[in-house]
Formats: sequence, structure tokens, C-alpha cells
Amino acid sequence: MATATVVEEKRSTDKTALITGSEAIAVACKLADVDVITAYPIRPYDTVMQYICKLVANGEMDCEYIVAEGEHSQFEIVKHACACGARVFCGSSGVGWMYAMEALTVTPALRIPMVAMVGNRALDDPGAFGVEHNDALAVRDLGWQLVWVDSAQEALDTALIAYRVSEDRRIFLPCAISCDGAFLTHSQALVQIPSQEKVNEFLPRYNRADLLLHPDNPITVAPQGNEDWVMEIRRQNYAAMERVSVVLKEAYADFERIFGRSYGNPFFEEYMTDDADIVLMGMGTLSTPVRVAIRQMRNGGKKVGFVRMRWFRPFAAAELAKSLSRFKAVGVIDRDYSFGSPYMSGVVTTEVRTAMYSAPGPKIPVLGFIAGLGGREVTVPDVETVAASVYKAAEGKSQPLTQWIGLRE
Amino acid sequence: MATYIQIDPTQKLDPFKSVKKLPLEEYFTSGHRTCQGCESALLMKMMAKAAGPRSIILGSTGCMYVANTTYYSTAWVVPWMHTQLGSSGSAALGTSAALKVLMRKGKMKNEPINVIAFCGDGGGADMGVGAISATLTHAEYNSLILMYDNESYANTDIQLSGSTPWGANTTFSSPGSVKRIMHRRWKKNMAGMMAAGHPECRYVATICMSYGLHGMNAMRKALAIGGPTFIHSLDPCPKGWDYDPYLSHEMGELAINTGVWPLYEVEDRVLRLTGRTEQIAAGKIRRQPVRDYLLKQGRFAHFTNDDIDYFQSKIDEMWQKWLIPGVIPFFKDVEADPPPSK
Repeated sequence: MATATVVEEKRSTDKTALITGSEAIAVACKLADVDVITAYPIRPYDTVMQYICKLVANGEMDCEYIVAEGEHSQFEIVKHACACGARVFCGSSGVGWMYAMEALTVTPALRIPMVAMVGNRALDDPGAFGVEHNDALAVRDLGWQLVWVDSAQEALDTALIAYRVSEDRRIFLPCAISCDGAFLTHSQALVQIPSQEKVNEFLPRYNRADLLLHPDNPITVAPQGNEDWVMEIRRQNYAAMERVSVVLKEAYADFERIFGRSYGNPFFEEYMTDDADIVLMGMGTLSTPVRVAIRQMRNGGKKVGFVRMRWFRPFAAAELAKSLSRFKAVGVIDRDYSFGSPYMSGVVTTEVRTAMYSAPGPKIPVLGFIAGLGGREVTVPDVETVAASVYKAAEGKSQPLTQWIGLRE
Repeated sequence: MATYIQIDPTQKLDPFKSVKKLPLEEYFTSGHRTCQGCESALLMKMMAKAAGPRSIILGSTGCMYVANTTYYSTAWVVPWMHTQLGSSGSAALGTSAALKVLMRKGKMKNEPINVIAFCGDGGGADMGVGAISATLTHAEYNSLILMYDNESYANTDIQLSGSTPWGANTTFSSPGSVKRIMHRRWKKNMAGMMAAGHPECRYVATICMSYGLHGMNAMRKALAIGGPTFIHSLDPCPKGWDYDPYLSHEMGELAINTGVWPLYEVEDRVLRLTGRTEQIAAGKIRRQPVRDYLLKQGRFAHFTNDDIDYFQSKIDEMWQKWLIPGVIPFFKDVEADPPPSK
């Protein structure tokens, strides 16, 4: 077939390398010719900045590489660079991300298309290096696009897509790429590194256009709006976020055309769902044990599927609800907590329930499970426990709406 | 020797010879709603005039943000952008870094553009001191950080900052029937700290808009010299200091003539006392008693004679005992601990 040949040709110019998730994003920054990058140490995200430092030192990348004196400054520096027309990259983890919170609130409000990496990490206290999703989720209401990836390849590809979508004049919103601490940031995998030509074809140069802060365009940015105008300005951000779905689908379609790699539905990925009775849901590297468990359970005759949520903001509520309504019950595994939330469920569970509430058709049970906090491994038996409970709910047996899995007695 | 720091060319900004030689063009004009007698507004106007049209100005939260940039009625003719309260240093650094890299890569027309980030004393001496300090160590990025010091958080109801003078009545240090002096911290020595702590910073100065030409020329020098620079301006504030607005100019003069506010510049690590301060130090004019300054301001109205004497003693100490009067608060000799005899 003609198309297949074309795809084959394009692939042949790619290189394959054994790299970590962090390194994959560093490579994406190089390919995207990022202009200003700010670093500050905190595990586990900071490996990306170590790789970028090497790229700059070896002359493979030309950018201003600035080591800041704290995360607040780290994010403020690139925010201002981006307002002056520079493509920027930043990132953090856990409480570092929270330390930058003021900067994180103004960045989407100012329509700054910053791309950041969050190496997901448990918030203090007590201290833990391991993964939890509460850091990135803390900005979910502010206008950040939030995406969770589960492989180094997806990290690289998504970083390129993030620049393309964020810097689209219809959007101009920041994007945080979440990579599970250790499981992805520090785990090596074979990654296809696309050629510079393909990246240039996919990713146009950042153009700040009418919002450029420059003497040739003497605008006043971020004045006092107060009750006179703040509501209208918020509504513009609302409209921009609403447009992301369309722009995102365009970007994924172009990505497939140029790079020859398809991600199917950009918002969520389905695994063995075609004939499934029940499905499990989750974000990030949780997919690894869940897929293994599903294959094992299917050997035992249990038709379990998995839906991995990729884009959390914007949340593809209608599409997701339509897809999930095919099953008898859903079990959502949260690697986060939301104390005092409805039914004490995790963040993702609550959002999935919200999406399902307005879906047409019969209501199906949506059970919430909290697992893998602080970097604890989610094991295959853990997933089997989850699936057993979801099966019971599917059979009409009453089940708790929120369960903690893998908790020591 | 190898060159490690690549400083981009700056604009040629010669000193203005006299008030009559100032350009007529204004880059901070109508549309703001600062108080009558606001010296910070005067500083903004003169700063924009000193910098000229090829400038980008960043303003951190404070009076000069809230009062100057009501949506649809900005006073700024040059590009202006808000930055967060503690972010003047980061705003200067990020803006300057973007210009540098975009020009180097040919993504933007290559020309020297002034980058000025201003902050109040709350944003500068309190919350933003870390970011300002960091920026002053990044020697390859041209910018001026201008701290307008009206000695309180004047936009949020006059609360004390680390730059508020000892004993002043603010809404966070209002005197009561038992405790008269609620603010017992001495004013932070911001310019001296920036000059002493950042060996690569090529220009630090103190100014006061009662001596406008002096202040404007300091700002032009700071912008032209290259690298990150810092200027600390004392701005009398009728609302926060509680005096009649027509006295603003006189209040600035008194601050300098009483020795409370020393004027100096540190240019390429060379210190010079400037203006009236230089004359005081040379013995050409006498320091006025601080009483003349304090009693004109309602914020010191609760002072007793003892309080005034204490204030005077601290100013005298600054002039007589500091290693460099008004600049570095190390004492010349270690008192009560004489060097060991041979």
C-alpha cells in the first residue's frame, strides 16, 4: 500500500536510543529549539534539566539555560521570557511545583504557552520521592492543559504536541506533561527520535503575535481588571480551553501523518475493551501492572479492559462517558487523594463520575480506588482485588464507593 | 584572558546636562490614579523619560501597578507588563534572557532594548529580595531593578515592611495605650546589601526624586553600563507618612539633609557619595537634626523625646561608626575588644 511505503521512508530517518522519560523530554526540547529554560533541583523531575545541561554544554542545543534560586522564580523567569516571544521549558515535582504555585496561577491567566514537565512526586509531609499525582492536579482548575504519559516515547511525542497546541494562537495556554516519578522519569526504554526535518514540519515557530511585549508593540499586559472586566477575561480563557479539543485532534492527526506514529484517540487509550464486561481506569505508568493483570485475568475467563486517561485537562467528558457506558461497571484507580471530597474519592474518580452522570443510558457503578501513594508499587494482585470488587458491583452487589488498595493492616 | 561573560551592547545614554535639556516626550502619561503628591509616580515618569521609547518595563504588584494600570486607561506609552509581588528580579531576568537569545538566533531584530523591572519596598526588600539577589548574580543579562521605597505597603492600607523606619505608625504597628512603639525593627539596608553582596553587579545607587536630575542620570548610567543593576529610590508618600501632599519635595530633601537617607553610587565597585550626602560627608554642610524630619510626619506623631533621641542616636551611629557611613554597617573598630598588645 502506498501510504505504508511513505510511513516506512519517514521512519528510516529516525534514530533509536535507549533513554529515560526525562531524557526523552530533554531531546524534545532540543528538537523544538527551545529558547529559554530554567532549572531548579528537586527529585525526580530534575534529571531532565541535567540532560539539558549536557546538551547545552556539548553545543547540541542553543538556549539560555538559567539555574534559578527557587521554583517561584524558575517559573516566573520563563513566564516573562515567553511573553517576549521565547519558546520556553520548565518543570518541577511535588512541593517544588507547589512552591511555584503563584507563578502557576498567573501563567495560564496571562495566556502564556509554557510547556512544563511534572515529575509526579508525593507532597510533603512525610517526605517521599515516589509518585503521587496531587502535585500536577493542584492546578487543574487554573487553565493548565494536563496530560499524563506512560512511556518515554510518549513523553517525547507529547512534548512536541504540547508545544504545537499550546502555542497555537487559538489556545495560548500552558501545558504540563506529567511523568510518574521513578517509574517513568528514571526508567529507560527504546525511543525513536525523529529527525529535525520532521519536527520542523510539524512544529511552526512560536509567534506571540499581537501579545508580543516589545517596543514595536507597546501594549500594557495584565492591568487591573477588577469587577469591570475580570469576568470577560476569564471567559476568554474558558473559550480557549474549550477550543483545545479541536486543536489537539488536528495536532495528533498531523503528528501521525508526519511521524508515522498513531495515538488513536488523543484523550484516552483503551486496552482490551472490545469485549470487556468491566473496565479499570487510571493515569500514567499504572498501565504497566494493570495490563499484565488484565492479561492474566483474561486467561481465567474474566473479560476486563483498561482505559488509560491521557489528557486530564481538557477532560473529554462526553467521549469518555460514551465509551464507558458500554461496560457494566468502572473502577477508577487514583494515584492521588482528595480528602473530604464527595464519597472521599480520588480526583479522577470524582471527575469520571461527574462525566458519567450526564451520559445517556442506564447508570453504571463507578467505584473509586486509591492505590500506589508515595511511590508504592501497584501490584498485579492489587489490580485483581480492584477488578473483583468492580465485578461484584457489576453484578449488582453493593460495594464501597472508595477503597484503599494495598494498605498495610 | 578568556571572556566568560557575554554582555550584549546597551543603549548610549549620556547624562542629561540640566532640567532644561530633558526631552519633552513622555512615556508615562495620563491615565493613572496615584495620590496627590505621590513621589513614586514622579519616579515612574522620570524613569520612563530617562530610559526612552526602546524600553520594556515590568512592574511588580504594588501602588505603581494598582494605581497606574487600570484596564483601558494605562499610563504607559512603552510596553509594560505586570509581574508578581516578589518577581521583579525574575521578570527582569526572563525578559532580558528572551531578548538575548531571540536576537542571537535571529528570531528578533538585533538592537539594545532597556529592561527595567520595578518593585516597591514590600515587593523588593521583603518578598522579592531573593529573586533580586539572584538576578544581580546573572552578569550576562542587562537590566535595571528599580525599588521605589515609600516605606510601607502603601497600596494595601499602609502596613509596615522591612523598609519601614523604626517606630513608625502603620496599620500593622499602630501605637496603643500600653505599647507605644509597635515597630521595633530598624530599616533594612537594601542598596548596601545589594552592592556588598553581588560582586558582579556593576551599578548600585540610591536616589530621591527631590533631586530628579540626579536620579534620572543614575538610571541612565545603570541602563548603559551593562549587566544587572539596582537602584533604590526613597519616595515620600503623603498617605503613608501622613503629611500634606505639598510637602513631598521638602520631605525628600529633609531625608537627605538629616542624614537619614544617604545618596551614593557604587559603579564598577567604586563607591562615591553623591549630591548633598557628599557635601555632608565632606563637612561642607551640617546634618540637620532628625527631629526636623520626623515631626513633620504624622506616622511619628506618637514619638516622645526619648524616641526621637534614640532615632537620632542610630543615625549618628550610621554616620560616625559605620565602616563606610550610610553604606556598610560594620563598625570601624571592634569596641571593648581592643587588639592584643604586643
